[in-house]
Amino acid sequence: MEGTKKHFFIDVSVMLGRSMRHIVRSMDTIITVTIMPIMMMLLFVYVFGGAIQSGMDNYVNYLLPGILLMAISSGISYTAFRLFNDVQKGIFERFHTMPISRSALLWGHVLTSLVSNAISVVVIILVALIMGFRSSAGVLPWLAVAGILAMFTLALTWVAAIAGLSAKTVDGASAFSYPLIFLPFISSAFVPTESMPTAVRVFAENQPVTSIVESIRALLSGQPLHHDIWIALAWCVGIMLVAYLFAMKAHKKRI
Amino acid sequence: MQTMHTKPILVKGLHKSYKQHQVLKGVDLEVEKGSIFALLGSNGAGKTTLVRILTTLLQSDGGTAAVNGFDVASKPDLVRQSISLTGQFAAVDEILTGRENLNMIAKLRYLPNPRKVAEEMLTRFGLVEAADRRVSTYSGGMRRRLDIALSLVGNPQILFLDEPTTGLDPEARIEVWKVVKELADGGTTVFLTTQYLEEAEQLADRIAILHEGRIIANGTLHELKKLFPTAKVEYVEKQPTLEEIFLAIIGKEAV
Repeated sequence: MEGTKKHFFIDVSVMLGRSMRHIVRSMDTIITVTIMPIMMMLLFVYVFGGAIQSGMDNYVNYLLPGILLMAISSGISYTAFRLFNDVQKGIFERFHTMPISRSALLWGHVLTSLVSNAISVVVIILVALIMGFRSSAGVLPWLAVAGILAMFTLALTWVAAIAGLSAKTVDGASAFSYPLIFLPFISSAFVPTESMPTAVRVFAENQPVTSIVESIRALLSGQPLHHDIWIALAWCVGIMLVAYLFAMKAHKKRI
Repeated sequence: MQTMHTKPILVKGLHKSYKQHQVLKGVDLEVEKGSIFALLGSNGAGKTTLVRILTTLLQSDGGTAAVNGFDVASKPDLVRQSISLTGQFAAVDEILTGRENLNMIAKLRYLPNPRKVAEEMLTRFGLVEAADRRVSTYSGGMRRRLDIALSLVGNPQILFLDEPTTGLDPEARIEVWKVVKELADGGTTVFLTTQYLEEAEQLADRIAILHEGRIIANGTLHELKKLFPTAKVEYVEKQPTLEEIFLAIIGKEAV
């Protein structure tokens, strides 16, 4: 046991190197992940945007946080896809018969997801800048935004890990992400929740996306943070812990 | 780490069932150091189940199994340090190149000079020219050679080969046989499963037949032959087998 603990970081770094190579050799996955949110952004800003009363004079500024969450929600499905392939192709069996840390296998994929989603997020922010996105936020609020997005990515990636490890088909491995991609629509990401019917509004205001979107929006526009930030963090940490436990359980079942 | 007296593989009364279905009903066997042990059996006889238990991928329901003197259930990490598995499906990373695959495994075995090890393996398995191509472009035989090369990184004392030549063409099969013979000559203990009688006949020092969850015969080829009535002398015209014809046409000799 001591042996595997001592080498945990070596194992994780080798696994990270491996799946980063996978990403670099399939840059199309990052393009696919960024295209849909960018199309959404164009559609909402230039088609629907004129009719939406967001309460902010620049609708791109209002929209961007939700678009970023949408990109991450679709980006994490590639983690499920890659894990599923590893399990199917037998390379996991090779790793499992070697004296390497069990959780390092999953951490390699999870950290890769963090890096690839960060690339997507940067690409989308660049496109938003061209479309007129402006932020008065300084370095610290930006770091806070990066932190929240990283937490959100980690939480959802562990959900993706459960799907990748327990799916029976490749479609099943990535299908779980569709509802996640649509969660931003029923939140304050596109329109303020005040305009929604009561039942929808109650859901919208109490689901994780709204508090995360509100926190990022406040940080980027230099407004004071409400208690939203704590709800947002609680959601991320909560989802991450629960998903981590279930993913490790699903992993154990696969050995 | 290995003491002089322990057998590389020692199995006593091993049981395993999946729900109602009993796969192993009390398997006993031992394998001598540096020998090639072939486990023969038809599809579904439980060969893979036995290999999975011995390589720590699966827990048994009863009985004991020790590999390199370590109990597979209580000391899996020590077992994993002594073994390597080449499963039924090539456990290689198709997106990486052959060299990268070898490098990765060498790092995961914590070898001091992974690059050098990779280079040696590429030379030894005739993969130098293909070294920097992605494995997805390899032929079945090349993939299998890389698979076995990966298993040999770090010189494990005990090598498990689960149907190593299933799905290979005769030429590639002969290549694999050659490698296995060389390994055993070098002192590696080889545990091999196969459904080809000829393969066991060609390679194995000892042959055991697994049938309906039990070992029903175990001995050298000579001993097994003695179980049958003495050979009768008959005169038959010997036609070449299709395999001999195939190999003659493509200019290789049968082993």
